[in-house]
Amino acid sequence: MTRKVLIVDDSKLARMSIVKVLKALRPDWLTVEVGDPDQALASVGHEAPDFVLLDFNMPGKDGLTLAAQLRESNPGIGVAVISANHQAEVIDRARATGAVFIRKPLTEQSLAAFFDGAAGRGKFAQ
Amino acid sequence: MTAEASVELSELERDALTELANLGVSNAALSLREMVREEVLLSVPKVSLVTREEAVTALGEKDAPRLVGVRQDFEGEINGRALLIFPEAKSLELVRAVVGGELSLEDIIELEQEALAETGNVLLNACLATIANNLGRSVRISLPEVIYGEGADFFPPPHASHHSDRVLFTYINFAVRQRNLQGYIAMLLDMPSLVILKQLLGSFIERVASGGATPSSDVV
Repeated sequence: MTRKVLIVDDSKLARMSIVKVLKALRPDWLTVEVGDPDQALASVGHEAPDFVLLDFNMPGKDGLTLAAQLRESNPGIGVAVISANHQAEVIDRARATGAVFIRKPLTEQSLAAFFDGAAGRGKFAQ
Repeated sequence: MTAEASVELSELERDALTELANLGVSNAALSLREMVREEVLLSVPKVSLVTREEAVTALGEKDAPRLVGVRQDFEGEINGRALLIFPEAKSLELVRAVVGGELSLEDIIELEQEALAETGNVLLNACLATIANNLGRSVRISLPEVIYGEGADFFPPPHASHHSDRVLFTYINFAVRQRNLQGYIAMLLDMPSLVILKQLLGSFIERVASGGATPSSDVV
């Protein structure tokens, strides 16, 4: 089933590399890219994504704050925070918001585990 | 702008460099976190091409005028210098954070040079190795050297043969909040290295992002 994934990162290159991994894994899924957290909040409203992949380290508002806001307003969306900063405190804070932490550089295996985990929790029970 | 740069980085190349700095310093922060056993906060990385004077000014503006730094030069296809810098007034606090709180002030002062050099060595190696690996190149990294001084002491004049004095200056702030400790990691490259870096960034971009853009992708 085709899903829609919102990708939030201030780096164009980072968005491109996320899209590359995602397309290799789920070629038919739709992607929407935004470059800052405020656009992400607006985009969630009108794009209604199934998943949000977001960068932790962004100017203005960090990914964990955004993850918490997204989870609160849209509990049905699967949110993953992607970061190279894999200190225990960051991972714990991501999980506390209900988001999944994925270590950067992103791999097909880690992204697949996130999607499968969301399916396993019954989010997309057919 | 005082001089035209002979090398400009595209938006994507700049993104790639910022991303590499982020990966590198994140690994360095993880090492520091293990050493001080407290979370290390990182700022959003900044990458800029500046003149030596601008780099010196940037250092002066950020902190107290007296700075302490650990410097390591790297050599290979790309030559440059990596620096871990913080206010001199915080030097003993960093040493105390790393070696533990039980030691007397005398012991800490005695250990200061060694502990600074070793801390710098761990952080800068973590950072440089991550960047080199991602670019598919290796660099030789010199032994750490502790330097005290003001901004200009950290950036000596360029080789006389290079007319351009622009340097790549990338920095990320790090902070250990409970200890009111902060500093940053800076990296400097000269112009010839920047030309090679631009090529390596092109390959890196090709590797991580090519084929990523598709017509169905929708950039808002």
